Amino acid sequence: MTDIYELLRGQKDGNGNYQRQPVIVQGITGKYGSTHTKLMMEYGTNIVAGVTPGKGGQKFEDKIPIFEKVSEAVAATNAKISIVFVPAKFFLEAATDALESGIKLLVAIPEHVPVRDTMKIIELAKEKDAVMIGPNTPGVIIPNLTKIGIMPASPYSPGKIAVLSKSGTLLYEISNNLTTAGFGQSITIGIGGDPVNGTRMIDAFDMIKDDPELDGIVVVGEIGGDAEEILAQHIIDISFDKPIVGYIAGRRAPKEKRMGHAGAIVMGTYGSAESKIAMFTKANIPVAKRPGEVAVLLAGKMTT
Amino acid sequence: MRLLEYQAKELFKEFGIRVPESIASKDIEQGRIDAKKLGYPFVIKAQVPVGGRGKAGGIQKCNSDDEFEIKYPQILGMSIKGEKTRAILLEKMAEIEKELYLSLFLNRSKRCYTIIASSEGGVEIESVKNQTIKEVGLGDVGDETAKEVANEIGLQGSQEEEFVTMLKQLSKLTVEKEAELAEINPLAILKDGSIMALDGKVMTDDNSNFRHEELSKYQEKSELEERAEKSGFSLVELDGNIAVIGNGAGLVMSTFDMLADNGGKPATFLDVGGGATTESVYEALTLISKMNRVKGILVNLYGGIVKTTTVASAFIKAYDENLIDLPVFARLMGAESDKAKEMLKNTKTKIFDSVEDAINTAVMEVNR
Repeated sequence: MTDIYELLRGQKDGNGNYQRQPVIVQGITGKYGSTHTKLMMEYGTNIVAGVTPGKGGQKFEDKIPIFEKVSEAVAATNAKISIVFVPAKFFLEAATDALESGIKLLVAIPEHVPVRDTMKIIELAKEKDAVMIGPNTPGVIIPNLTKIGIMPASPYSPGKIAVLSKSGTLLYEISNNLTTAGFGQSITIGIGGDPVNGTRMIDAFDMIKDDPELDGIVVVGEIGGDAEEILAQHIIDISFDKPIVGYIAGRRAPKEKRMGHAGAIVMGTYGSAESKIAMFTKANIPVAKRPGEVAVLLAGKMTT
Repeated sequence: MRLLEYQAKELFKEFGIRVPESIASKDIEQGRIDAKKLGYPFVIKAQVPVGGRGKAGGIQKCNSDDEFEIKYPQILGMSIKGEKTRAILLEKMAEIEKELYLSLFLNRSKRCYTIIASSEGGVEIESVKNQTIKEVGLGDVGDETAKEVANEIGLQGSQEEEFVTMLKQLSKLTVEKEAELAEINPLAILKDGSIMALDGKVMTDDNSNFRHEELSKYQEKSELEERAEKSGFSLVELDGNIAVIGNGAGLVMSTFDMLADNGGKPATFLDVGGGATTESVYEALTLISKMNRVKGILVNLYGGIVKTTTVASAFIKAYDENLIDLPVFARLMGAESDKAKEMLKNTKTKIFDSVEDAINTAVMEVNR
């Protein structure tokens, strides 16, 4: 099991502070990549290198060195984390380069990556003892420490609630509600909206469940697949007893239609909201009807 | 992309999978020519991208010209579960001894391809208890695995051989075309002992379309869907009267759910993508303006990085240019929302602090 906290924040130093771990940006010179690299740097993320084939030797914003290949960036910086902004067509190549070069945490932002390419990268990641978050993820954030993704900074505040979400904007919305209600976040992880995810709901849960400072978890699911059902069964099996609240988007969506995300589709009963809500209920996880209800339900769970 | 039956069967033929003799058409003139070629009796099958067409009357036997003249237009004009018939397939009837089930699909939670086979076919797979399930990595099926599956569903001798060949052909199709699902249901054992695919369902990965120019001819998109795709939006059209626009699939789904919960009838699911700019919102309004059934527009945007004033100017532009004259009920979360409200004061756009308020007002005013 990859220790995501070890990768993201390392060990506390003598003053009891975690260390911002170095991060490489693949596709740093693109429009999207450069915009978000600046925003991540503003947030305090320790961006140490960029990778753009054909632009090796240049500098991003006059200070971040750009390399031709991830292996060169890793050799120069010893980073174990990379965030990828390349277009979906080039993802397979970029992600392979990262994993072959010793990257242990790959945050895959692009949407529209073919499933077959994702599956190939998952196989390679297993081989290399690495983890991919995404594709089609907003990324991961530990509020006030490091933001490796495209999420806006404003919804988040530090705290002890972990949020796992398939959707990006719902993650922002619900984190914002939590912050307003006084529930800061220890970490939020975007699972991604694709049919096949590098880090599944259950994997993300296992990554964060033993954090001693964790007070509760919010799971933001949506129609499609059975990640929520499997997570609920796992929670029952291990008798996990910290408060968890769920939300499932797409209850009223028509069947056999892709609702925006490649993975958000109900086939027969497979992937239906009813099935997910039934399993959450069985696992004693209350399910909010509206995003605005999540914080209310969590407050209720915390006091009982 | 979800292929229609006749398209799936074209792929089946290409990969050597045996299917009944059939011809597809989109109008009765062509249908009459096909009927002559094929000869009675045959079945007329509605080509719709949704299951359950048999029960809905979308598959009917046809024995004569007289029957043909009545049934062809009737089935072509049919809507099944909200989906209009896209085409008609005329198909020779097979002499069936037994119906089986076979599919290869992308198992999302296991992150591998999986074979499902059963000696009970012709019904929805969810209701089949007797399933043989095998995980097969990236979808390649070899002789040994195929034989195991054949034996587990009780096939021997020449039927086993034919099944092994068919499963391997289906596997090849799945891998080469990057299908998320390739299903043969029913797979029939005919009276003469041979086997044949009587129905076909193939879904391919839209995200791999750039590698499959050859499949583009199967793309059946409405003009609006095509335009939406060009702008990087996702659009699902429905038959209600309140258009739902938002940024991010999850947020739009949740808005859609809340609207339906409160008695509203969604006319669209329109996701303009994670960001939201003046241009993208204006383009979204342009698409909506082309739908006559829409009586109001519900907008839910989580700005974050984007300023809400940017979005507000898109509404103003749309009204100024007489693109829309519809009431808009908007919740714009993000920077400068007070300023956005002020900008939209004398327009038909109302800004709300919560999406719940926007929805309640939208339902009330549109239903009035």
